[in-house]
Amino acid sequence: MAAPTTLPSALADAVRDESSLRRFLHGLPGVDQVGVEQRAAGLGTRSIKKASKLYAIDLAISMVDLTTLEGADTHGKVRSLAAKAKRPDPERPGVPKVAAVCVYPDMVKTAADDLVGTGINVASVATAFPSGRSTMDIKLADTRFAVEQGAAEVDMVIDRGAFLSGRYGQVFEEIVKIKQACGDAHLKVILETGELVTYDNVRRASWLALLAGGDFIKTSTGKVQPAATLPVTHVMLQAVRDWKDQTGELRGVKPAGGIRTTKDAIKYLVAVHEVAGPEWLDPNLFRFGASTLLNDLLMQRRTQLDGHYSGPDYVTVD
Amino acid sequence: MWEYAPAPESRDIANLKPNYRMFVDGKFVEGSGEPLKTINPATEEVLAEVSTASESDVDSAVKAARRAYDRVWSKMPGSERAKYIYRIARQIQERGRELAVLESLDNGKPIKESRDVDVPTAASHFFYHAGWADKLGYAGHGPDPKPLGVAGQVIPWNFPLLMAAWKIAPALACGNTVVLKPAETTPLTALVLADIIQQCDLPPGVVNIIPGAGDVGAALVGHTDVNKVAFTGSTDVGKVIQGQLAGTSKKLTLELGGKAANIVFDDAPLDQAVEGIVNGIFFNQGHVCCAGSRLLVQESIADELIEKLHARVSTLRVGDPLDKNTDVGAINSREQLTKIKELTESGEAEGATRWTSECSLPDKGFFFAPTVFSGVSQAMRIAREEIFGPVLSVLTFRTPEEAVAKANNTPYGLSAGVWTDKGSRILWMAQRLRAGVVWSNTFNRFDPTAPFGGYQESGFGREGGRTGLEAYLDV
Repeated sequence: MAAPTTLPSALADAVRDESSLRRFLHGLPGVDQVGVEQRAAGLGTRSIKKASKLYAIDLAISMVDLTTLEGADTHGKVRSLAAKAKRPDPERPGVPKVAAVCVYPDMVKTAADDLVGTGINVASVATAFPSGRSTMDIKLADTRFAVEQGAAEVDMVIDRGAFLSGRYGQVFEEIVKIKQACGDAHLKVILETGELVTYDNVRRASWLALLAGGDFIKTSTGKVQPAATLPVTHVMLQAVRDWKDQTGELRGVKPAGGIRTTKDAIKYLVAVHEVAGPEWLDPNLFRFGASTLLNDLLMQRRTQLDGHYSGPDYVTVD
Repeated sequence: MWEYAPAPESRDIANLKPNYRMFVDGKFVEGSGEPLKTINPATEEVLAEVSTASESDVDSAVKAARRAYDRVWSKMPGSERAKYIYRIARQIQERGRELAVLESLDNGKPIKESRDVDVPTAASHFFYHAGWADKLGYAGHGPDPKPLGVAGQVIPWNFPLLMAAWKIAPALACGNTVVLKPAETTPLTALVLADIIQQCDLPPGVVNIIPGAGDVGAALVGHTDVNKVAFTGSTDVGKVIQGQLAGTSKKLTLELGGKAANIVFDDAPLDQAVEGIVNGIFFNQGHVCCAGSRLLVQESIADELIEKLHARVSTLRVGDPLDKNTDVGAINSREQLTKIKELTESGEAEGATRWTSECSLPDKGFFFAPTVFSGVSQAMRIAREEIFGPVLSVLTFRTPEEAVAKANNTPYGLSAGVWTDKGSRILWMAQRLRAGVVWSNTFNRFDPTAPFGGYQESGFGREGGRTGLEAYLDV
């Protein structure tokens, strides 16, 4: 198996062959379910007020991957999403722009044309999203197409079937090949934690994706329940923190699906701050995969600045 | 950098009064002892003046309790007693915010702990024991177990309201009446509990609360008309009480100090073990008799674990106890702070490696930054003596046998923790550890259904659960 980057010797050994990889993943410390859920709930009681709340809201807006992944998507829908990404709150020019717009591959060009020169990336899902059930050739072609169309970020799904049946080498190879197909585009690896079920699996899949060269590890497609949860995100944040301790490299985390309110988003940011560390409070290292979250952030931002609540009719639906 | 803005809970919620009086025979009355001033350990300001009991006040409180026992409480059907106890539980919940803020002001513990642990657990102790009041015949102590009479109870300053609940709830459920002495530095929440008890219309004299220092406690436990003594506090005082009671017919339970071992094996869930270690020693500033103050870690993972532990402890926020984001509050008293400093200095002098969090500390008040000693050996004072502060001693072991030997090598035996992914090893360890409570893959979890108590110099008798009823029944 080919390691994508130069790894420290302990980790290079882990990816030497399939059995080494299995030994490494199964040798990771376990995750205690009760403990991680207790810690996540405990950190969730942090009270973020005033200036620190406004800072968190602006930071969260700048971390949003504004997403539309519907069968009913049209070029018109994607164009209006791109407009929203550029000016989330048209009446308030001080609002930061979002990090990226996330669409299906056939919508990439439409989004990319609208976002040229804005600094907002186009992210595309690929690899037979959301199930990942197709052949490698098709997954690679899917990825190459998205990148050719102008995607600067690719959100791939792992083959959960292969992972759950213990074929870690296959999952590893897939990620490595997709990473090559991405070229300069950043690769986010969707673990679909709702199908991996246990925290031990989430930790193993996180390390597998990091070893194979994923720039980001992402919780979910948004098509499976449960999608992102706080404890799952804790486990993934621990993985990137440990990765940095061992390699010096910074990799990112993206919870996606189910984060709808500012209150939720702030709980995630507190976890980023206190579990991974302050340096992860950066759109290059943490993203929210969300659609409805943005408007709640905008409404709360107005509340903070105006001193009274605004309403859903004062922010644009798309 | 993302700095959290201060998020203080309003101190007005505490309904702080300038004066508090003792509660005897259903009324708040002036005590004839020298009044004490209770201070906020986070600011050193005086919170309130509290009247204290003299020896004659102790006598009148015990007499009131005896009258209430003879005339009302011992004759009342359990189902009726239960109604009163349920009422107390509900009132504690109703006034939960007030109690939490007052507790944090008087004790120095962070509001997130008084709000999320102390107050709800106090209420749950009353709820749990209310349920027993009419079912005592099914508790395994005979078909119709009788109460003991008047219980004299002395409680510590580390969980003022919660310890009052631990003591009062089972006593009342079993049909005893109570005279309780709260700790000198933290009398306020017990007196608000007295107010709750008054509003719940408990018959006068069933519960009496008399603040004061050690002499009041001594007078109470020495009173000839007390049938049962329950004490939670230091081992030294516990020994004095046991000596004082020798040869009398009084029944005694003692819940004393501890030097618990928190044992981490190399297959443990490391991130959660780190959380458990932090919770074990920094919860309530380490003012916990069952605190996991000795970390025993398997040598093969010691360096990695200590590194993770330092990183995690650095994120603990030390400061204003009323701030909702504070993790570690104020040390309860100057005296305690001095003791913690003295013991940590001995740790350095004896050659352990000290690491202290670089967190900023407030200018005023009694604060101590979370501290971890590594390279500790069993021979050092910091491994043997109870520090009762945010100071952890890290020792290593090589085999499970060695872990058990080191864990048990203490005159105490209140609690222990075992961290491993192997269920069989948890059971193997639990059988061999001489500790009243063994937590596995968690620490400092309290529940009224689980008996709590110690071995050896950590005391005897159990509180909580079916077993805990025995201490208040004539069996």
